[in-house]
Amino acid sequence: MHAEFVQLSLTPILIGIFASVACALPGNFLILRRQALIGDAISHVVLPGIVVAFLLTGGVASMAMMLGAAGAAVLAVLLIEAVKRLGRIEPGAAMGVVFTSMFAGGVLLLEQSDTSSVHLDVQHALMGNLESLIWFKAKGWHSLADPAALAALPDELPRMALVCLVVVALTVIFWRPLKISTFDEGFARAIGLPVAAIGFGLVVTAAVAAVAAFDAVGSIIVIAMFICPPAAARLMTNRLEAQVLWSVGFAVLAAVLGYVFAGYGPLWFGGAEAVSAAGMIAAVSGLILGLACLFGPCRARVGQGRDPAEA
Amino acid sequence: MTPTMTTAARLAGLPAGLDLAAADGEALHPEAAAESPLSIRGLTVSYGEKPAVFSVDATFPDGALSAIIGPNGAGKSTLLKAALGIIPRLSGEVSVFGRPIDAARARIAYVPQRASVDWDFPTSVLDVVSMGLYRRLGLLRRMRSEERAHALACLERVGMTDFADRQIGQLSGGQQQRVFLARALAQGADLYLLDEPFAGVDAATERAIIEVLKSLRAEGRAVVCVHHDLSTVESYFDHVFLINVRRIAEGPVASTFTAGNLQATYGGRLAAGHIEQLRLGGGTA
Repeated sequence: MHAEFVQLSLTPILIGIFASVACALPGNFLILRRQALIGDAISHVVLPGIVVAFLLTGGVASMAMMLGAAGAAVLAVLLIEAVKRLGRIEPGAAMGVVFTSMFAGGVLLLEQSDTSSVHLDVQHALMGNLESLIWFKAKGWHSLADPAALAALPDELPRMALVCLVVVALTVIFWRPLKISTFDEGFARAIGLPVAAIGFGLVVTAAVAAVAAFDAVGSIIVIAMFICPPAAARLMTNRLEAQVLWSVGFAVLAAVLGYVFAGYGPLWFGGAEAVSAAGMIAAVSGLILGLACLFGPCRARVGQGRDPAEA
Repeated sequence: MTPTMTTAARLAGLPAGLDLAAADGEALHPEAAAESPLSIRGLTVSYGEKPAVFSVDATFPDGALSAIIGPNGAGKSTLLKAALGIIPRLSGEVSVFGRPIDAARARIAYVPQRASVDWDFPTSVLDVVSMGLYRRLGLLRRMRSEERAHALACLERVGMTDFADRQIGQLSGGQQQRVFLARALAQGADLYLLDEPFAGVDAATERAIIEVLKSLRAEGRAVVCVHHDLSTVESYFDHVFLINVRRIAEGPVASTFTAGNLQATYGGRLAAGHIEQLRLGGGTA
């Protein structure tokens, strides 16, 4: 039982946790900045870039994928500007058009190209391949101390762990500038903070997390984790510090519960086959948000509980 | 901070801004010269094609309360924000105590308009005040007990100590304005720039704020407010700057805040009756 868990479930759960946390952390700030859909946008826009990178290099090396994704993101920004100026329509509509078109373009490219040799198809783009990221060489917990077995860990695990670590480090180091410029941009500029660079850095960090997570767990988890855990966390507390910790907790909870439910849930209800772990993780994060909406202690919005006569 | 040095420089017959002490490489800062706390030259800001502020010169005096006055859309807040670099300017130079503004940011405290932020932000009153300590704390250093005490003392000055742990969305408008002022006090600046500090606040808060501003003046600090209530200009301020896209007039309240200058600033928008109610002496400037 233990050996089976380490071999089949440990690495997917860990990858799910790292991916969820890496997306949830920048998600906190994106939501407070009214940019919550940027994560959604990024995960759609990068698909054609990743496919083109694959077609050019013939492999799924992460560096080429990152470059392809970055190129697609730049192209998306240019296209949005072009649609906005030439079509004279509002920015939200321009973004919506560009994101969906690019994602659709990526899907068409995928269909037309021969990617059957690797895990790169439409289903993978949406739901990743979490269940297949198993640790063949593991014989049990003791394998964690066995260099030969560790060398055979799926590549996604160290990569996602590294990205998660970088996101955590950036969040801790730039905590104060992020917090001040998110709350009060004018004041931040007045005290000399590089507000534009901070905003850009946040979006780039979110993009790196999204692309890395996209590769391992697909775009459904990325979209869900940017929004659900931070939004649920906001309803649990009125302090940003506590909110970020809650969001990490919720992200981990969703990853673990989602994976377990996907693997065993259908069996409990008499079903024969497991369901998509990525889909279940995203669904659990939505369920957590729903519960927080109903029972969270800090649900009062501005204007409620305020006494205007008090002065 | 050391006006004697400037006197020495003047006695030596040196041009302004060129100090013997500075030339000697002593640890005296050139900005210690009795330069204006805020001097603006040729500032132009444009939203689209129409200029919001056009080629404005302004010089605000030290140790005084100054008001920027003009009708809605005259560019009062725009002037302040562009001077601080919060919004881009087409042209113009800004110096603070004789130095370029980016070299003097540590000496500036800024109070934005209350409506410019989201008060639902998950943060406490004391947390907002301690944002004023950012330049001292830097990226990672934890707040020491004396810095916490300083932040609490700033809250005390605006009468908000009891609210230190409240979430900022649970405050009234006047209380929020006081928290913003406390944050500016925590910055420990020599020049205070406030954007409509009295807008939409209750009478008690208005009194509390003007008391704090007067105590800052008593400490020799310079205070510049974007202000819209003409009836309080004479009782609150020493110096006025009248603007309607272009500079109309500036100077001491007694000689500049006149019916003629107000007519020139507000045009037809201020009825003669309103000006009469202000009981201003003098005619055109």
